[in-house]
Amino acid sequence: MTKVLDPTNEATPADIPRAARPETLDGLTVGLLDISKPRGDRFLDRIEERLVERGLRVERFRKPTFTKPAPVDLRHEIATKCDVVIEALAD
Amino acid sequence: MSLNESPPLPEGLVAVVKKDCPTCELIIPVLIGLGKETQLTVFTQDDPDFPAGIDDRQFDEELAFSWHHNIETVPTLLAVEEGKEVSRTVGWSRSNWESLTKTPGLGRDLPDQRPGCGSLSVDPSISPDLELRFGGSSITARRVEFAALEDTHEALFDRGWTDGLPVVPPTEARVAAMLKGTTRSPEEVVASIPPDLAPCTVEKVAINAVMAGCRPEYLPVVLAGVAAVCTQTFNMHGLLATTMPHAPVLIVNGPIAEQIGMNSGNNVLGQGNRANSTIGRAVQLVIRNVGGGRPGEVDRAAFGSPGKVGFCFAERENDSPWPPISTMYGFPAGTNTVLAFPGEAPRNLVDQLSRDPDSLARTYAANLISIQHPKLILGFDAILAVAPDHSRVFRESGWSREQLAERINELTVRPGHELVRGAGNIPEGIPEGVEDSYLPKFRENGLHIVHCGGAAGLFSAIIGGWVNGEMGSDPVCVEITP
Repeated sequence: MTKVLDPTNEATPADIPRAARPETLDGLTVGLLDISKPRGDRFLDRIEERLVERGLRVERFRKPTFTKPAPVDLRHEIATKCDVVIEALAD
Repeated sequence: MSLNESPPLPEGLVAVVKKDCPTCELIIPVLIGLGKETQLTVFTQDDPDFPAGIDDRQFDEELAFSWHHNIETVPTLLAVEEGKEVSRTVGWSRSNWESLTKTPGLGRDLPDQRPGCGSLSVDPSISPDLELRFGGSSITARRVEFAALEDTHEALFDRGWTDGLPVVPPTEARVAAMLKGTTRSPEEVVASIPPDLAPCTVEKVAINAVMAGCRPEYLPVVLAGVAAVCTQTFNMHGLLATTMPHAPVLIVNGPIAEQIGMNSGNNVLGQGNRANSTIGRAVQLVIRNVGGGRPGEVDRAAFGSPGKVGFCFAERENDSPWPPISTMYGFPAGTNTVLAFPGEAPRNLVDQLSRDPDSLARTYAANLISIQHPKLILGFDAILAVAPDHSRVFRESGWSREQLAERINELTVRPGHELVRGAGNIPEGIPEGVEDSYLPKFRENGLHIVHCGGAAGLFSAIIGGWVNGEMGSDPVCVEITP
């Protein structure tokens, strides 16, 4: 029998439950997060038009760079202001 | 008595011997003589009946006595008073033995001196096991047992712990031996490893270094490499997550490169050298296993590159026309350092006809312009690896590294109207508004000129960089400490 040492961080990933999906967007504030990839803004502009046509409130956000995780303050701001968020990954 | 307790020392004289040692055979008459005159205990390592004619003989079969009392050579003779060692001599030296035993005229028929042999307790094939058995283990990592019918190598693949190549099973004995390669404490945290930002100890690095195939003396280089890439500046998280193919390229400078047998010459960027092949791999395995960075998960590279298994080499310092590349980062020549550069696969560059520095610089510039895209400038650094057949030209003409970099930069300057989006009927390019400017390919200090490669071949090589600066990665150079 071979016994070896665990090369991993031995951390069982914390099980973060997904937020409940809303039945409808009516009356909700939708956050649009641009991760700063080229042309992601164009995609989000179009989404914003469509959401506003439906009478929804929209808040726009932008990550400083797509190569790094969103700053904690930005994440907090989005969570405070919005009920749902749409993130654009584009090129 | 527990295995971790040191066996008591008998009073008087204590000799440690093994039969498989000609010097021990030689001194049997001396031991027999001393045994008659004084209180002598002989510990024998390999044969309970050796040496014949000694009354007080103990078989150190488990080598506990030898290990706990740091016996490195046989024969070793100790003088013990009140349970404490007061003096010791190793091998056979008549004068030393006479002085230690306070007995004149020892071994008149023997030569004056003979060196001893290695103690079994320091035999490299068994000393790691003794270390574990008698020294107690300070290793805290979770032990994982494979079933008797499980193939160890298959089991390591099945758990997702390899990069697709076999790994050396990280047994406790191997990891304990690896940890001897550094003076740092196993529990010391080296870095937080992305993407999981998991704290990584020296011990976890050692486990992955064993798996990668490293020898213990490589460990300080691996530790420095891990520390270099897991900095905000280097941004390993972004480098891992990008769709681009880049990965850490580690360049080692200083005397340690030669001491641990690294390659800076023939086939420098290729296979065949254990240190080059395994140090970079160990860093990558740390990112995979400790950080959780796996292809198809957070690693989103469209192509990747062969260098993502591990990419590490040494600069060819001994006949370089330039000081070590680490001096660009403020380290004095002769310092042991690792430079981490976010690089892609190397590309060869041929110029077999130029014999003057300016024409070589033109060849370099013409090729370097194409990194990522000829119309994308200032956003990507590069390594220019210059082999001896090319570097000779710069040495003979007295061109410094800075002078060469400056000339290459001048030669890459192009008008903005050729570079902007849409120019040349290519939408890719830099944003409009710089049409009237003249711009170089590289930012200041973006070009890293490194001396390496085999002695024959009128070539250089290019390793293109990833996005530089705040939104990407900047190279990081750190000192290697023991």
